[in-house]
Amino acid sequence: MGESRKWSRYHIEVALLRVLRPVGLVLFTLVALFPFYYMVLLSMRDISEIVQSPGSILIGLNELSGDAYSRVLRSVESGGEGFTRFLINSALLASGTVVATLLVSILGAYAVARLDFFGRRQTQFLFLSVYLFPAILLAIPLFVAFSRLGLRGELPVLVIVYVAQTVPVCIYMLRNYFESVPRSLEEAAEVDGATRLQVIRKITLPLAVPAIAATGLFVFMIAWNEFLFALLFLADERDNWTVSLGVSQLQNIETPASTLMAGSVIITVPIIIAFLFAERLMTEGLTGGAEKG
Amino acid sequence: MAAPLQLRAAPVETRRGRGARARRDARAGLALVSPTFIVVLVMVVLPVVWAFVLSFQEIRLLQIQTFDLFGGEYTLSNYDQVLSSSGFLEAARTTLIYSVFGTAGAIGFGLVAALLVRASFRGRGVVRGVLLLPWVAPVVAVTFVWQILLSPQLGFVNAVGTDILGWNAPIPFLSQEEGNITLFGISLGVPTALLMVIFYEWWRSFPFAFLFILARLQAAPKELEEAAKVDGATPTQVFWHIILPQLAGVIALIAVLRFIFTFNAFDEIYLLTGGGAGTEVLATQVYSLLIGRADVGASAAVAMFMAAVLAVFLFVYVRFFAGRQET
Repeated sequence: MGESRKWSRYHIEVALLRVLRPVGLVLFTLVALFPFYYMVLLSMRDISEIVQSPGSILIGLNELSGDAYSRVLRSVESGGEGFTRFLINSALLASGTVVATLLVSILGAYAVARLDFFGRRQTQFLFLSVYLFPAILLAIPLFVAFSRLGLRGELPVLVIVYVAQTVPVCIYMLRNYFESVPRSLEEAAEVDGATRLQVIRKITLPLAVPAIAATGLFVFMIAWNEFLFALLFLADERDNWTVSLGVSQLQNIETPASTLMAGSVIITVPIIIAFLFAERLMTEGLTGGAEKG
Repeated sequence: MAAPLQLRAAPVETRRGRGARARRDARAGLALVSPTFIVVLVMVVLPVVWAFVLSFQEIRLLQIQTFDLFGGEYTLSNYDQVLSSSGFLEAARTTLIYSVFGTAGAIGFGLVAALLVRASFRGRGVVRGVLLLPWVAPVVAVTFVWQILLSPQLGFVNAVGTDILGWNAPIPFLSQEEGNITLFGISLGVPTALLMVIFYEWWRSFPFAFLFILARLQAAPKELEEAAKVDGATPTQVFWHIILPQLAGVIALIAVLRFIFTFNAFDEIYLLTGGGAGTEVLATQVYSLLIGRADVGASAAVAMFMAAVLAVFLFVYVRFFAGRQET
């Protein structure tokens, strides 16, 4: 291969990339965003408008209407879909899961990060097992057990299920953060006579507050988005439905697309807000192990 | 890594003190990890064992209240019934196709996206956040948008297809089992609905691969690449010989994780197609056996089959691939 030919290939590639890179970026961004734009658009548009011109994706400001939202949020008695209740259920369920998961996994993550106990190395296999087994496999005996106990439709039961599903990833994330807290600080406190729990509470936790908050929001998102267990456990108890379950059941009866999309926007907005707040810390926590190779 | 650090940090302690401290740490560690252990034991390990037992029992949903859960007869009839049904083999095949193509596509697009976002430019942080949205959004919301986008009556895709691309009729993307594409005069049969759920999986999961690959890219040392560039390597040469080898480990890890997640996936297919039109996977079959046919034993048998396949897959991976990277 002659020197000049090699140089020409170099220049061609560089020039191509200069064009392809922005084009690719725009394409990816559009593809990622378009369904969300479409969701908001349809939620605010009149259904007859959608049927007449499904291809139009621009909307005049005067066309916008919030009818679908009020229809979705109003209680069933006043002719709505009763989503306000579902929102409260989801918020309670997700917050309960966050509190319980954090309590359990802060202790566990600290132990895995700092203490050399019997079985420490094996804990990762325990966690792997949680994600290896299909959720639907775990769901069968849990469904049988809680049906038999008559507790299946209760929200606290679902909290316990969600804790088990989120504790492993939570410990994984928190461990990455805890390991970045300087050991010398903890040892200094120990020399001053602090007990292990005091060290955790007074030294490690305050330093890890932002990280714990981010992890908590991540758990919130998982619990809020969860569908399978909510479907299996709560389907018969309309009063305890989560918003995700509520939206999924909307589709069963002949519901206008705008109502369905308004419901979808309502479940998506809290998640996007939570994500905006915690994105950086959350993603750092998740990828902390991957950076090493 | 942890042990030498600990030794260095406590140089003043006597050997005896160190031993006592180690014992104290070990006890504290067990105490702190026990709530986690109990939760996982009760909500994961025991259910798996129990599901295994259920898969050998003839038990139906209506009998739950009265059935003697641990006595009763044990039989292979669930496995017999399930393994010989054509629906099971079909679902197993679909699950495999869905997981393999879903995983490969998600990683491919994630890799491209990570390479695009790698260098800094204005608004890079915003683009990164936007590209993660498909993965963080609630599954119910995004599957329904896709459903409407692809709908024959009100969908944007069909509107564009019939108005602009000149399709004869709208395509029922999510309820058509097999369609025909005519390319250069050759007509090809296409599993339409299955393709759509795979496309959805690409859209939904490329951010996962993107996130991990980008993190790895940013941790990679720049010197090698700079040196190669100085020597006149073209961008594609740099990619194949320098960047990609460094990503091999993280890509293998994502491939395993994505394969497991996709293989187990229930929500997406249940919500997009309900398991119809040739998209029935094992997970949706477990659900319909349990809820639709009220057959607890048979659903447990299919679920155990899924777990067995994944266990073998993971064993092969750990045994033959994971060890090699470390050396």
